[in-house]
Formats: sequence, structure tokens, C-alpha cells
Amino acid sequence: MNALSPIAAAPPVVFPRADGSRVPYAVFSDPAIYELEQERIFRGPTWSFLALEAEIKQPGDFKSTFIGDTPVVVTRTEDGGLAAWVNRCAHRGAMVCRQSRGNAASHACVYHQWRYDLEGNLVGVPFLRGIGGQAGMPPEFDRAANGLRKLRVASYAGLIFATFSDEVEPLADYIGPVMGGFIDRIFHKPVEYLGCTRQFSNSNWKLYLENVKDPYHASLLHLFHTTFNIYRVGMKAHCVTDGGHGLHSLIMAIKQDQTETASAYKDQKIRTFDSGFALEDESILALIPEYDVLATNHIQPIFPQLVIQQIHNTLVARQLLPKGPDHFELIFHFFGYEDDDAEMRKLRIKQANLVGPAGYISMEDTEATELVQRGVARDGDLTSVIDMAAGAPDQSDTLITESLIRSFWAGYGKLMGLDALAEAKV
Amino acid sequence: MSLVGELALRQEMLALQDEYVSTLDTDALEHWPEMFVEDCLYEIIPKENADLGLPAPVIHCDSRRMLRDRVVSLRHANIFQPAVYRHFTSGLLIAAADDAQVEMRSSYMVVRTSQAGDSSVFQTGRYHDVVVRDGGRWRFKSKRVIYDTSRIQTALAIPI
Repeated sequence: MNALSPIAAAPPVVFPRADGSRVPYAVFSDPAIYELEQERIFRGPTWSFLALEAEIKQPGDFKSTFIGDTPVVVTRTEDGGLAAWVNRCAHRGAMVCRQSRGNAASHACVYHQWRYDLEGNLVGVPFLRGIGGQAGMPPEFDRAANGLRKLRVASYAGLIFATFSDEVEPLADYIGPVMGGFIDRIFHKPVEYLGCTRQFSNSNWKLYLENVKDPYHASLLHLFHTTFNIYRVGMKAHCVTDGGHGLHSLIMAIKQDQTETASAYKDQKIRTFDSGFALEDESILALIPEYDVLATNHIQPIFPQLVIQQIHNTLVARQLLPKGPDHFELIFHFFGYEDDDAEMRKLRIKQANLVGPAGYISMEDTEATELVQRGVARDGDLTSVIDMAAGAPDQSDTLITESLIRSFWAGYGKLMGLDALAEAKV
Repeated sequence: MSLVGELALRQEMLALQDEYVSTLDTDALEHWPEMFVEDCLYEIIPKENADLGLPAPVIHCDSRRMLRDRVVSLRHANIFQPAVYRHFTSGLLIAAADDAQVEMRSSYMVVRTSQAGDSSVFQTGRYHDVVVRDGGRWRFKSKRVIYDTSRIQTALAIPI
């Protein structure tokens, strides 16, 4: 980065507190922050979720996706392994793979038909040696040095991740033992991919991460949760981070007797507890036990691009993609288990009504993040106030807490190199 | 079927489609479930899944009760930006018909007008309908809404 770069010249934001409890609103809209995130997060020491292994089962199966806003392709190789590469021809920069999904033995750029194998090695250049005395590429041109930009790729329990970084620790260590245990809870047997739905939001990607680390909002914003006892404050809760960098987290709400959680909402006259609201068809609220712990909600962001979700019997890997400072895309990858019976599979599809772009529960989340995006316009130096349960940092059995959000912002500040700036200023 | 019979049926199907569109466009959502039989299927699913034979929907209702639940939830529970939605349909194709059941397909476009006052295409796609005689009128036994606009802007609240 040259000395005249605005990023090098002055910190685009300063976090006034090291504990992540005060977040300058500029992080949600400043283009300089967005550029820095692409470099230090998405091309930095992180692993980004790309696909379920169940999406690309056969050799040659591929999927086009992104790490941050860089287009990448992930593919199953001939020997059943995985490869991922930046989707940009080594010749003149065109996107090589133009399909969102498919199967191919090799990938050729349409512009000049440079051809790459599944690993991203350059295997063909038309007229490499010229023809009939007309010159081709110079003799010193080295195909091996002109492949696609390859990425480190690894899989954890059927979830495929990739990274630009040579330094980041192995994937299992990046996820860590605590978060790994909760991934294993969901991915304890082979899964089957059931399709995806996509939601585009006019708000910053980190507002969505705040949302999935926020057990406090869930029973207040979402009437459906509260009224039907899917998720209430007072439920048995488990809210934890990875215990390391603090960027991953888990919220679990665990089913218990209904009557004892209702009174807190009735007494405070909370809008979302409407006892007069009833469903005619309650089959959507079934909860068939499948795990040791009967959780109604398991919401687990693995920074930066994945949120694992189990709500009742609907299972989703949500991929979070930034699309500029004030837009993000969410791709809900629905899945079941290979050994689901017909009744379970039917329930999973029915409970898709709860989540996704038209979800009874989740449709309000993008509404809320967009309200923040619009609300914080112009006042980038002002901050949010994230103090709920700040006096009880070790309390993990409550849903009335913002500790996971604070942990996230503290980790984000370190990764972005903004925490040192904050300390220097203090 | 005679030419007159075909024309009459086509008019009946167009009238049904117009009633459906008008119901949604005038916010008469309480009438919307009544256009379906009790044991119905209403599904909104992206074309990318339908093409691959994958089942993941954004809305999937397998009874009229579920349709009424969706309306009650929209009226009393869910929070979403108020907006005006207008449906436009074209290319009605009657694929199969007898006295009791009609299968038809058509293209649709939904234009969304925000509170700020700009209009944009919210969604395009195809309706795949199975229509049956029930209680003295035509009703939808199955309506699959297969959408092209895979990126749903913000959220989908109002039925398509």
C-alpha cells in the first residue's frame, strides 16, 4: 500500500473501547473500511465457507461462489479431493467459469480458450508455438507459472472452506474445539443438499453477523418465536464464543416447560407475546427429536461467511457475502440427512417456511438491519451502545445478553488493526 | 373439445387469473386462501431449484389452513416495509383440460413500489397451476410459483 493511500494516511474509524461495546457507525458504510476488510479479513488469516460437500459430490462437479467479493470456483477433483481457485484467467483476466453450477473435466476461458484442469493448472494455450512460421508465445513462457490463482481448501464435517492465506492455521484449529463440537452436533452423519434460496439486503454484512450473535432481539422482534414458544427469554440457553479470537459463536435455546416462560412477556406487555394469535395448521411447529439436546434454535456463525442453523427440524448453512459497503447477500443452503425418512424430509421442507427470504421468523432480520443502515447514515463517528449483560461476562446461560456481539467486535478490531489505533488514541 | 368450448374455457381461466391478481393487488389477502381447495399445494420456489429437481422453497403450504395462517401472520405478526405490489401476467397456456381439471401455465411479473415512490421489478417467473371444480367454482388445487429473480430483495412477505 503506498503512502498516499487514505487508509495508510489516517484510520478510517477508531473503536473508542477495546471491549467491543462501542462501535462507530462508519464501519457500516465507509468504503475505506470495506476495502480494508477485503484485504485483512477475506484475503487475510480466515477460512471462508464456500459449499457443502454434498453440493459437489462427483468428480468435475463445480460451484461458482465468492470469498468476500472475489469470484472463486470450488470443484471436486478426479481423485475425489477438493480444489478452489480464483475465477480469473491468467491471460487477460476474464472470468473462466461462467456457470453457477455444473460438471466439467476442465475449464476453458471463452475469450482465447486458455484451458485449465480442475486443480487450476494451465494445460492448453491455442497457438502456443504459433503456426506455419508465425510466432506463438515466447519460448520462455512457462505454463506451470501461469495457472489460476489456487486457494488453500479444506473441509470440516462436510463443510468446504477456502483461504487466500498461507499463514492461517489449519481449518480445524481455526474453528477450534468448542465450535467444532457444535458443528459435529449438526453434521454428525452424511447430509443431502436440498437447494438454496437467496436474499439480498440493502445493509452492511456485519449487521447480519450482529443479528445472529444477538439472542436479545430474537424474542422481541419475532412474534412468531415468542407466541409459539420456539424461542423465549427464560428458556434454557447456551451462548458461547470460540474462546479464542471470539469471532465465532453459538446461540442455543433449549426446550422446556411452556408456562414458566410466558409470564415474563405478559407482565411487561411485550408486543411479540400475543396470546390471541393461533395457527390453524400447527404441523409447521413440530419438533421431532434428533439430537441429544432438544434445542429449538442452534445459530452458529463461523466467521466470516457461514452461519449454521437448526431451527426445529429445518437445517441450513447460510452463506453471507458482502456486496459493497451497504449490501450483502445471504444464500440459504437447505439440507437434510441422507437417511431421512419421508416424514422427516416433508417436515424439513414445511419448516423452510420459518426461515429464508419469506421466513415467518427470519424475514424481519433484513428489515431490522436495513433500518440500522438507514438510521446511521451521515453520523459515522457516533457509536452503538452494546452493554446488555456487560456486568456478567461469564454468564452463558442467558438469552438476555450482548456478550457475543462485544466479543465479535473486539476480534474484528484486532483483525482489522483498528484496536491498536484505538489504544494509541486513549 | 369444440372451438367454442375451448374459447369458453380460456375465458374462464383468464377470469380466474384476473381474480387472483386482483385479490393480491388490492390487498384482499383474506380472500386469497378461498381461491384454493382445502387440500391444496401452494409453493414459491426458485427456478434454480426447480430445474435441478431440488425441493427447497421460500414458501410451501400443503393446506388451505396454512394459507390462512400465512395471512394471519402477515396481518398480525410479521414486520416488513409497506409497499404496493402489482402483478402482470402473460402467455396463458392451457396444457391439459377436461370437465373437472385444467392444467395451465403463464408468465408473471411483480412490480414493487416503495414508500419513497420508486417502482422496480420485484420478481418474474412462471405459474404452474392445476385448477379443479370445487363448490361450484374453479379453485387452485396446486399453484407452483417458479421464480427467475433468484435474489429476493430484502424479503418476500406478500404472496405472489
